[in-house]
Amino acid sequence: MTHNSQNWPHSTETLKMTTPLISALAIEKSYSKGQHKIPVLRGAGLTAQRGEFISVIGQSGSGKSTLLHVMGLLDSPDNGEVLLEGKRIDNLNQAARDQLRNHVFGFIFQFYHLLPELTLLENVMTPLMIRHSLFSYWAKRKEIRHEAMEILQQVGLGHRIKHRPSELSGGEMQRGAIARALIAKPEILLADEPTGNLDSSTGREIMETLKKLNEETQLTIVMVTHDEAIAQQAHRIVRLAEGQIATIGREEAA
Amino acid sequence: MYKLLLCMRYLKTRYIALASIVSVMLGVATMIVVNSVMAGFTNEMRDRIHGFLADVVVESRSMDGIIDGKAQMKVVQEAAGDYIAAMTPTVEVPGMITYNDPITGETFTQPIQLLGIDPGGKASVGPLKTYLDSYNQILEDGTVTRDRLRDYETPLGWELTDSAASYRRMMKQQMMLMIQDDKTEGPFGSVVESKGTAGSATTLPAPDFDSPPSTDAVANAAPDLDSPFNGNEPVTPVDPAAPMPARIYIGEQITSFQTRDPETGNLHKVNMVNPGDDIIVTTIQSNTPPEPISFSATVVDMFRSGMSEYDSQLVLMNIEQLQQNRGMIAEDGDAITSIQIRLHDYKDADEVVKRIKAAFPPGMVTVSTWEAKQGLLLSAVEVETAILNVLLFMIIAVAGFGILAIFFMIVVEKTRDIGILKSLGASSNGVMSIFLSYGLGLGVVGSAAGVGIGLLFVRYINEIEDGLSWITGRKVFDEKIYYFPEIPTQVNVMMVTWVALGAIGIAVLASVLPARRASRLHPVRALRFE
Repeated sequence: MTHNSQNWPHSTETLKMTTPLISALAIEKSYSKGQHKIPVLRGAGLTAQRGEFISVIGQSGSGKSTLLHVMGLLDSPDNGEVLLEGKRIDNLNQAARDQLRNHVFGFIFQFYHLLPELTLLENVMTPLMIRHSLFSYWAKRKEIRHEAMEILQQVGLGHRIKHRPSELSGGEMQRGAIARALIAKPEILLADEPTGNLDSSTGREIMETLKKLNEETQLTIVMVTHDEAIAQQAHRIVRLAEGQIATIGREEAA
Repeated sequence: MYKLLLCMRYLKTRYIALASIVSVMLGVATMIVVNSVMAGFTNEMRDRIHGFLADVVVESRSMDGIIDGKAQMKVVQEAAGDYIAAMTPTVEVPGMITYNDPITGETFTQPIQLLGIDPGGKASVGPLKTYLDSYNQILEDGTVTRDRLRDYETPLGWELTDSAASYRRMMKQQMMLMIQDDKTEGPFGSVVESKGTAGSATTLPAPDFDSPPSTDAVANAAPDLDSPFNGNEPVTPVDPAAPMPARIYIGEQITSFQTRDPETGNLHKVNMVNPGDDIIVTTIQSNTPPEPISFSATVVDMFRSGMSEYDSQLVLMNIEQLQQNRGMIAEDGDAITSIQIRLHDYKDADEVVKRIKAAFPPGMVTVSTWEAKQGLLLSAVEVETAILNVLLFMIIAVAGFGILAIFFMIVVEKTRDIGILKSLGASSNGVMSIFLSYGLGLGVVGSAAGVGIGLLFVRYINEIEDGLSWITGRKVFDEKIYYFPEIPTQVNVMMVTWVALGAIGIAVLASVLPARRASRLHPVRALRFE
């Protein structure tokens, strides 16, 4: 899989301050369960500026994860559009979508989703392995390894690179997942309940890491959570209920 | 890159996949062993058939033969002389032999195929010495139980070996004693005399001496046997122990049978006729309608070609005597029924056949290569091998289904990982190729192990056979039954390559369906999969 740079012209020179980095507009999405169609998103939308940290909050079944998946091109909407820097991306062909997922989006999941057969270091390098073909990976292997080591040091896992995910704690795994998301140098980090499976102190650590990333590297973060306290740490909160936006706005931290 | 890494990791960590590796391995090993042994047997068999058939055979359509063999050979020589290394005339005719069981005295008559040859000429178109008993050692379980009776350099001929000659003398003397005692003739003498209508060679020379040798003389006769006769015979001394003018090499299975030793359970061979014995040969004259002739012939040697078809049917005889007895001797050249030809290079056989065919008037002779003559047998073996291969390949196909099932399992197990990879930007083709290369890996590892084990098995097949015989306490591969001291094998590189490639191909094919399924998984559903 080679990265074809003309596939996606996300050059920054055309970026105007008014164009949001990513926006999901009037997304409708339903899943069919047997005979019935169950609507999950009914015209929900979300817009994030570069450098913003947004949390999406809502009860389970409110469609918040689906919104995240649609924005991250893991799923396609039945209706509505996803725009990246003003350009529609949800109707691109499969190869271009794969490329965007690899280059633009980084994902963090509630259950970490590290590959159990690979060591932590290999897990972190996976996005770059996917990006590069065998030969270009071989040519750059030292560079990539170095990069991965650096990111792992950053998240405080430099001493555990040879371990399998099963030998790591939940917090370590989530930090590993963050490192994996970061190595691809994404523009948008999509986090699906990143603290949902962690105890509160570990969850706090993860949140600190995310906030630091947002502040220091101006990484745009969209985080889905059902935890009010966690959500409050973002710049802006989007409240979803029954597949629609209930409230948008900055709320003061509690 | 991730594809290879993951594929390798899956290979290393999924022990269930070992099951499919083992099944591929066993299939490949079995195919290699069976094919090698079959090829070994076929080769051996072809050698043996070929040994008796020469490269190309020109045969007359009628059993009476074609007149003037020399002239016919000249025609052949002119037509394809450049290709021909040697040729020899032969006379082939069906017949019967009659002989006595030395123990019970019972008389046996058996149908045979009589082949008149010139031993030197026959040896020039194919191996003959290697088949003749007297030129070879007798081995039993690897040790020489009888050394060769004739030096290998001795030219082929119709002379008795020393031991056969002294055996004959002894037998004749015993018979004479019996005649003296009973005043009756042995079954042999009477049979021959009553049917003695076929020329000079047919009568057994009567014991023609005045006074019978004393018992002492017979007992001491072995060192100088001729003296008692010579002493009393002033005119043309006739040696009753002299062999008949008609001499034969007899196929060893014709007059022998296998019997199992009641004590040890081992098979051993009992010969009812030995070199030096006389037997009666009955065949037909080359007249129309053919009339039977019988004559006594002395067994000079036994042959064993290893092809039971020949060893149980063929009797080789001196061609001149056969021609004479059948009335094939003519002023304008003796008649023959076939010419055996050896070529410089067997590759030219078809060309030679074509040329010789063209040189003879149509309908006079049939010209065929030895392969065409034994076409049915050879093609039967080929068909057998092909069917066996199909059946054995089924084993590998079964292994393929095993891979299919195991892969579906692994895909289900790895559903979430597939979702993760897709969320990280892996393409569907990428995911598919993980599982395809996984299948390829299984196929390659299984095939390599199978080739290794198969070749080792073939290499040490005789040791393995010994081991099995030791364990079961019974000879698995009895050389007395199969005629081979060892299991013949022949490893064909092309065969091994094809088997290995076929197995790899099946492994990849079996992984196509699971791989497609994996590649089509929806990332979100895959991620949600618990």
